Amino acid sequence: MNIVVCVKQVPDTEAPIRIRPDGSGIDESGLNLVMNYYDEHATEAGLRLKEQFGGSVTLIGVGPERTKEALRTGLAMGADEAILVSDVALLGSDHLGTARVLAAAIKTLPHDLIICGKLSTDDNAAIVGPALAELLGLPQATAIAQLEVDTSGGTVVVHREVEGGVEVLEVPLPALLTVERSLNEPRYPSLPGIMKAKRKEIKTMSLADLGVEVPSVGATAAKSALTRLVPPPKRQAGRMIEEDAEKAVAEIVAFLKNEAKVL
Amino acid sequence: MSKDVWVIIEHQDGAPKKISLELLGRARELAETLGGTVVAFVPGAGVSNVAESLGSRGADIVYAADHALLQPYTADAYAQAVSQALQAEQPTLVLVGSTAQGRDYAPRVAARLGAGIVTDCASLEVADGHLVATRPMYTRKTIGTVVFSSGGIRIAVVLPAVYSVPPAEAGRRAEIRAFQVALDSKGVRTQVREVRAIQRETVPLTEADVIVSGGRGLKGPENFALLDALAKALGAAVGSSRPPVDSGWVSHDYEIGQTGKTVSPQVYLACGISGAPQHLAGMSGAKYIVAINKDSNAPIFQLADLGIVGDLFEIVPKLTEAIRQAKGRA
Repeated sequence: MNIVVCVKQVPDTEAPIRIRPDGSGIDESGLNLVMNYYDEHATEAGLRLKEQFGGSVTLIGVGPERTKEALRTGLAMGADEAILVSDVALLGSDHLGTARVLAAAIKTLPHDLIICGKLSTDDNAAIVGPALAELLGLPQATAIAQLEVDTSGGTVVVHREVEGGVEVLEVPLPALLTVERSLNEPRYPSLPGIMKAKRKEIKTMSLADLGVEVPSVGATAAKSALTRLVPPPKRQAGRMIEEDAEKAVAEIVAFLKNEAKVL
Repeated sequence: MSKDVWVIIEHQDGAPKKISLELLGRARELAETLGGTVVAFVPGAGVSNVAESLGSRGADIVYAADHALLQPYTADAYAQAVSQALQAEQPTLVLVGSTAQGRDYAPRVAARLGAGIVTDCASLEVADGHLVATRPMYTRKTIGTVVFSSGGIRIAVVLPAVYSVPPAEAGRRAEIRAFQVALDSKGVRTQVREVRAIQRETVPLTEADVIVSGGRGLKGPENFALLDALAKALGAAVGSSRPPVDSGWVSHDYEIGQTGKTVSPQVYLACGISGAPQHLAGMSGAKYIVAINKDSNAPIFQLADLGIVGDLFEIVPKLTEAIRQAKGRA
């Protein structure tokens, strides 16, 4: 089974985020950048399928040169190859622009299954996965929490968490999946894996290499733009009460009734 | 290109979901600014009851897109149906709920049409002729302002509970039209084997005005029954922070936070939750926060409107009883 996993490099979610003084974006200086959390789960899913059915796991990322560090994390986990699409013309792309680039690159690779994280923890958009499925003409299942392969039928059976229930879907291959964290527990890269990943060549491709026309990606093609970033409104600590249970209950009931007005 | 504002209606058991009504209310306000009409698009099979109910909630025109292949929901069928309608009618703005369905098909529609799309909108305004959204980013450590380009179809996927449900106007009726969807079974590649309902006596998390949530301080799975009882008394939903999920006390669909759901209820009642940044990422958009915790230094108290330092095992059952009594009197 040939598996392609899409990888994004994002700020470590544990790290504090500093906004640039002009509010145009985040200050990346000194910021720890890592593989997107959900992409670790996507890579793990790919590796488990490869272990079960053979084939290969190819990682693909779109972004600046530094994205290679996130790709190396996936290689250290055990992926076979990694490709980076990097081009200055990609600056200012919206999510559809990114999806177009990924689609062009994935068309050049054998693929039975494309796996993405359900979202990236930086912009939280959850657009690229399903948009990529559409551009490649593939069926999809998003935010899956369980995955089984029926190789005889050439399908995967997945569980997808929906409001108040679980959808059980049968999706014919080739297909695109985006994964939830409850799907698996990502492995830690082994020391030999890390050493091997360091030596591995990561193929870098430009838009010209892929035959992607510049006007279809980048800032000119973008249909939306981030114009400002601000810290969330500061919440003020309210009243603190340290009394016996009866008094505490009376306070909560009064709050729900008079302030929150839900009683 | 029309100035109309569309809402793609999500529905269940013959009734529109709360998020769809919230979006109709906002669509009404935006359509007045933009000078267009409010159009509700209802994909499904046998949707006439749903379609009939939408005029009173602000729709001017309702398209009933009835097709056997639109039930049950699949991304394939919905993406085709919605794309066909948008292509034909070219509205300037389309509102979709940020739900398991909306997040699934809306990006496909945008990719198919080359439309602008912004997800997880926490607000949507027209400012100086531009359509502007705000959305939480970087695990809610920042709020981004995103401006849609002018021209073309623009799709806003809006978070639940940021706009209120408009009151029903009895007697207000929409013009109901049938929309013929061209779909064949070859185009619906995904098969829904089953939709398993998770039976709970409490409200779904994303629709709740009040959420009662438990953390590590609950000490074990059996104690979530205390929260269930409180939630039932309040008409609330039950959620959790990450530790109870990682400990296997509750399933992942309870989880609120960076690796779970994002909620913005009227009241969030945090019980035995310390308030780690990963949890705050999912709930700090709540209008009011009430926290019960034994540790007076718990970070949750820094953002709680009402902080109770005390033993939840003593307080929660008494609170449940007090609310039952208060509701009984009302």
